[in-house]
Amino acid sequence: MKLYSLSGHPTLPCNVLKFKSTTIMLDCGLDMTSTLNFLPLPLVQSPRLSNLPGWALKDGNTFLDKTELIDLSTVDVILISNYHCMMALPYITEHTGFTGTVYATEPTVQIGRLLMEELVNFIERVPKAQSASLWKNKEVQRLLPAPLKDAVEVSTWRRCYTMQEVNSALSKIQLVGYSQKIELFGAVQVTPLSSGYALGSSNWIIQSHYEKVSYVSGSSLLTTHPQPMDQTSLKNSDVLILTGLTQIPTANPDGMVGEFCSNLALTVRNGGNVLIPCYPSGVIYDLLECLYQYIDSAGLSNVPFYFISPVANSSLEFAQIFAEWLCHNKQTKVYLPEPPFPHAELIQTNKLKHYPSIHGDFSNEFKQPCVVFTGHPSLRFGDVVHFMELWGKSSLNTVIFTEPDFSYLDALAPYQPLAMKCIYCPIDTRLNFIQVSKLLKEVQPLHVVCPEQYTQPPPAQAHRMDLVIDCQPPAMSYRRAEVLALPFKRRYEKIEIMPELADSLVPLEIKPGISLATVSAVLHTKDNKHVLQSPPRPIQPPASKKRKRVSDDIPDCKLLKPLLSGSIPVDQFVQTLEKHGFSDVKVEDTAKGHIVLLQEAETLIQIEEDSTHIICDNDEMLRVRLRDLVLKFLQKF
Amino acid sequence: MDIECSRLLPSVCAVLVDPKQFVADDTCLEKLLDWFKTVTEAESSLLVLQENPCLTELLFHVVKLQDVNSNILSFTLRLAGIFAAHENSFQYLQQGEVLLSLFSEAGPLSRPAWEDPSVRSGWIQGVGSMVQHERAVQFLCDCGAIDVIFSLQGDPSLFVASTASQLLVHILGFTMHSRRAVPLTTQDCDWPVCARMIVGHIEESLRSGTVPQITQALNVLTTLFGRCHESWTEVLWMRMNPFVGSLLEKEPLLAAHSLVDLFLSMARSPVFSHLECDLWILSTRALNRLSPTQSGPLALGILNLKDCPQTLRTKAFNILLQPLACVLQAASQPTGSPGLLDESLNDSVITDILLSSKSSCAGLLCQTLAHLEELQPMSHLLIDWPHVPLLSAVMTILRFCSGLATPASSVGDRLCGILIGCFRVQRSALDFLGTLSQGPSPSELIRGVVEILLVYLKSPDSSPTVLKKAFQATLKWLLSLSKTSTSSDLCPQTQHFLRDLFPILQKRLCSPCWEVRDSALEFLTQLTKHWGGRAGFRQALLSSEVPELAEDLLRDPESYVRASAVTAMGQLSSRGLCSNPIGTGSKNDEKKSLFLELLEILSTDSEGFPRRAVIQVFTEWLREGHTDVSKDKEQFVTKVLQVVSCDLDWEVRVQGLELALVFLVQTLGQHETECPYAVEMSSVTQSTQLTESLQMLCHMKLFDFIFSALCDCDRPVARKSCDILLYLKAKLAHHGSLQGSGEACTESLGTQNTAWLETTLRKWKARDQGQPSEVADRGDCQEPDDVLEVLRSVDLEGLRGTLAKSSDHIEKSPQSLLQDMLATVGILEENEADCY
Repeated sequence: MKLYSLSGHPTLPCNVLKFKSTTIMLDCGLDMTSTLNFLPLPLVQSPRLSNLPGWALKDGNTFLDKTELIDLSTVDVILISNYHCMMALPYITEHTGFTGTVYATEPTVQIGRLLMEELVNFIERVPKAQSASLWKNKEVQRLLPAPLKDAVEVSTWRRCYTMQEVNSALSKIQLVGYSQKIELFGAVQVTPLSSGYALGSSNWIIQSHYEKVSYVSGSSLLTTHPQPMDQTSLKNSDVLILTGLTQIPTANPDGMVGEFCSNLALTVRNGGNVLIPCYPSGVIYDLLECLYQYIDSAGLSNVPFYFISPVANSSLEFAQIFAEWLCHNKQTKVYLPEPPFPHAELIQTNKLKHYPSIHGDFSNEFKQPCVVFTGHPSLRFGDVVHFMELWGKSSLNTVIFTEPDFSYLDALAPYQPLAMKCIYCPIDTRLNFIQVSKLLKEVQPLHVVCPEQYTQPPPAQAHRMDLVIDCQPPAMSYRRAEVLALPFKRRYEKIEIMPELADSLVPLEIKPGISLATVSAVLHTKDNKHVLQSPPRPIQPPASKKRKRVSDDIPDCKLLKPLLSGSIPVDQFVQTLEKHGFSDVKVEDTAKGHIVLLQEAETLIQIEEDSTHIICDNDEMLRVRLRDLVLKFLQKF
Repeated sequence: MDIECSRLLPSVCAVLVDPKQFVADDTCLEKLLDWFKTVTEAESSLLVLQENPCLTELLFHVVKLQDVNSNILSFTLRLAGIFAAHENSFQYLQQGEVLLSLFSEAGPLSRPAWEDPSVRSGWIQGVGSMVQHERAVQFLCDCGAIDVIFSLQGDPSLFVASTASQLLVHILGFTMHSRRAVPLTTQDCDWPVCARMIVGHIEESLRSGTVPQITQALNVLTTLFGRCHESWTEVLWMRMNPFVGSLLEKEPLLAAHSLVDLFLSMARSPVFSHLECDLWILSTRALNRLSPTQSGPLALGILNLKDCPQTLRTKAFNILLQPLACVLQAASQPTGSPGLLDESLNDSVITDILLSSKSSCAGLLCQTLAHLEELQPMSHLLIDWPHVPLLSAVMTILRFCSGLATPASSVGDRLCGILIGCFRVQRSALDFLGTLSQGPSPSELIRGVVEILLVYLKSPDSSPTVLKKAFQATLKWLLSLSKTSTSSDLCPQTQHFLRDLFPILQKRLCSPCWEVRDSALEFLTQLTKHWGGRAGFRQALLSSEVPELAEDLLRDPESYVRASAVTAMGQLSSRGLCSNPIGTGSKNDEKKSLFLELLEILSTDSEGFPRRAVIQVFTEWLREGHTDVSKDKEQFVTKVLQVVSCDLDWEVRVQGLELALVFLVQTLGQHETECPYAVEMSSVTQSTQLTESLQMLCHMKLFDFIFSALCDCDRPVARKSCDILLYLKAKLAHHGSLQGSGEACTESLGTQNTAWLETTLRKWKARDQGQPSEVADRGDCQEPDDVLEVLRSVDLEGLRGTLAKSSDHIEKSPQSLLQDMLATVGILEENEADCY
């Protein structure tokens, strides 16, 4: 069993597991941090950006961070754990010759589609006059200013996919529900389990009859909107692959939400605007819910909240219809009936308004001071670019970073100098290291496999030994482009016995609780299922002599030697030898067993755990006599 | 016992023994026992038994009944004990062998009812009451009761087990007390039989090697030495000493907590507190043997003792310091700073505990910090209280907990990993840090303290409780800093601190967590209270948004926060730090005045806390002469009392009366007796002023409020009103105003009750509303004469006496108790019928 790691980003994993003749890709996250090397794509012509000297407005800016470690056309299935971890799907399904199936839950697919749609929309609505790719040439790249010249494998960076590719990729997905068992070629069974992180997010169990691999990716034990994490089903795993822990282990989400609210209130009180660069789904639901409870106490009832995204409307509405994927509290609301999320009420009372973009209705209804939620969190494209340009000059305004995927300092770099206040409140509800160690104690996997980043403290906090996975035996780590042999051997395979064959067996109890029977049968293997069937009836001996001779040769009809079992107690054996007239018996202990020496007869009996040898010179009589004495101690059947 | 009770008693006894009739309210039984106790103490118990044969019959009957209710059986046992406490009644009951059948092994012990802990508890209490004379002790020894008590020490019910131990102490104490004339040695033969049995049992238990038995024995000794300080206890200790000593040698150490309790109980007894006592040797040994978590309480107890050997004190103090010394060592503090312990620390036990698990580490550190915090006020008594190293240690812990520290040692690394984000330790450490503000700290350490406090105040990860502690510690340090500065204003260091502090306070006032908003407001209130007058503080505060934010919190959805905001705004306004003047009549202003805003809270807020806070703020404003209030006090008081009089919360009404009293005192002056040196004015001027004042008070309807409060159904309100009226009466009597008018009233002087007052008030009200009534022709408005009439007529002193009694004093008589019991039985039956 092998694990191929195709991604170096622990929260945007892409691993391929080869297990029992199946090739399973676990997630295909898209690492977009390299967009930070580019200038923002402004919605309206920005004199500031276009007048920058040098390398302005050069190239497309979507990238695929993969290596040719494995032929992706051989991948049988792709299991998706959450909508953030499927953003590279079109690159794989559309350009690699992939012919398999993708499995994901319905909310994952729907919201994943929204994220992709938003991304494509952000890129396509600002088409570029020219594109450059020559700079990717190593010789040219070397001459570029930092950090571009230090960027690794720029040749693998790709243009953003199109909506057509997205649709085609999504059409290959088969929807699954939690705890649904999916057979893969009869060899393994895969099952998604609730992971508690996002709507429809899942961990996966991949198991055969005797082996169980758990894939834990992006899980949360906090009480937020999704269904809580299913921990019990992860028990008794041979291997647990652990990815997608919190990216900010030192920040407690509760504290960050507090920080978010207080900073928002302080800014708005002073007449400033608040900008929140975010994804159109996920934490935004929880933030809106917190604000719903908070605005009255903070006297913010009259401040408008705007949510601007090409998919804002769908995102807010989707959240309300996936009731079965929500936490218990929200599920019960549906029966009242009430919308599970309070943002419905915010919309109804006109406190929250959503728009597809800054153009159109928004520009007519826009009032300040206000709070704007919009993408993209990298600050390189999307409507957020416009608000950064618009509000960056005033110290009354604040930008609050809540998404942990991008370094906020790097994201802000092209907007410097900036008068606007910047607050960093990363809210990452995924497991932290304390929760992981509790989880591992609870589910007790035999082996834990994780990205190498989780086995050493973050470089910036090298003394924080608490920020590593602590388990026994120590976790095995992998890094990008590494192939890891997973530490277990397959020992057993399940074989079915046909009823009529089973009927014919005569088990013999050799130890209390253990019975044995010999079986002669034909092993029939199809679709990774093994069946023992009765051997074909021996053909009736025909009359002709010639035929008879042929049938004599059938090895099946040869008399089978009995099978032996048991062990030889050396002391008793020696006594028996003496009783049968062998004197001068000497016993020597060896590493593997004993050697019984019959000095007079110049004979040696070597008794080991699974074999006994009688070594004597050309005295067949003696050998047979001794053999029979040995056999007396063993059971035959 | 009065005749009426004697008459009711047989029926009550009949109810009690009737299995069909169930006394639902078992507090009745308790009250009944209390009553019997007072009766038997007041008159001859024998006579009571003889005159009320139903009581003896009750005892007999219950003994015979097979399926008696366990409550009744328990009651009977206790009742028998109360009577048997008196020797003659004991003999009387003995004759009928009632006692034998109740307390011997043949009694309830063999019945199924014994399974009920209340019966066992009743048995023990019965025996306990009985042991007041030698015969009872003899009886218990003879009937095997002592052995029962021994076995009850290990009872599954903790109440029973603990009472059994206390009973043993009582019996032993009583037996020895009655033999005190006889000189005593450790020899068995010198001891009375019963004492011999008990002491033998204790010795045996101590030898047993099983934890429960050793614990029981040690508990008995602990209670005994704690309660009984007679000289024989020293002889007893001489017998016990070897056994206890050998316990300390055992590996592993058994019943460590009980040993600690025993040593501390002994150390507090005058019998053992002399310096030559071998107790100190044992305690020293115990300190060496006990684990750090066990030795902490012993060390603290030793340090709290008045007299004990200095070496032991030093040892105990070192024990307390060890965990912190260990932390300091782990953090590899620069050696330049003085260490906590002189001897180099080589205690791997403590390091092991600190590193073994989060809970044991937090447990030891929290305990140590709490102990040292308790000792801090006595730091001047401890010869070398290491103030500076302690401060460094607690700061190190706080750094570890917040992940700030970068320890160089591997122990430090692991400790850091364990402590990060540990709220328990953070809270204890911040508490102790606050306590350490009392003491001389070098300025570089103060800088460190300020830094660490700011980290905790700023950190989004600080839980609300940790934050509250951080605010409290900050306040203590700020105040101690201002104490050390010699100038009248704040020192530059403090000013700097404040500059960093206010932005944090601003953010905390906007927190979505109400506990955080609340503690931030409390902090603001306290700081303003102490520093409201200091220019540096005023400047820092006014240049921040804090006052506006606090004002906004008057409309907070959480009532506790509203209450704290009210208090904070009251304080800010008193110190002139409020942007919004409170002017009472500023209705035309663009922004509502603070007074009107608070008045609105007082009249409309649905929760009690904010309303209570408002009335307290108003009282404070009036008391300290808030400039805006002083402009028109009468209007202020009238408006407030108008609202308060309708409030449903009695605490608000009491506080309203307090406000009225403050106003009265300000108008009429203090009690004369309170200030004997005051300059006397001429009596003519005084009485003129007094009449005018009374006129004004009547006009303000102040007396309406006070008089209706006197009739209030909530006792504290009526009491407060009564006190005010008594003050007023004294004031007026001093000036002779009370004798002046209406001879007709003198007959009824001081005889009227509140019912009369209520009628009078109703009349006044009717008159004010212009409705025709009998006295309508007397005038439009309440007159000073009316007030004087009331003051003359109502028996205020008597009323105060009545109000001081508890509310059930009328119904508390034994007679009513017996009647109640009979009545409830009837009601119960009716209710049952209703159910069907």
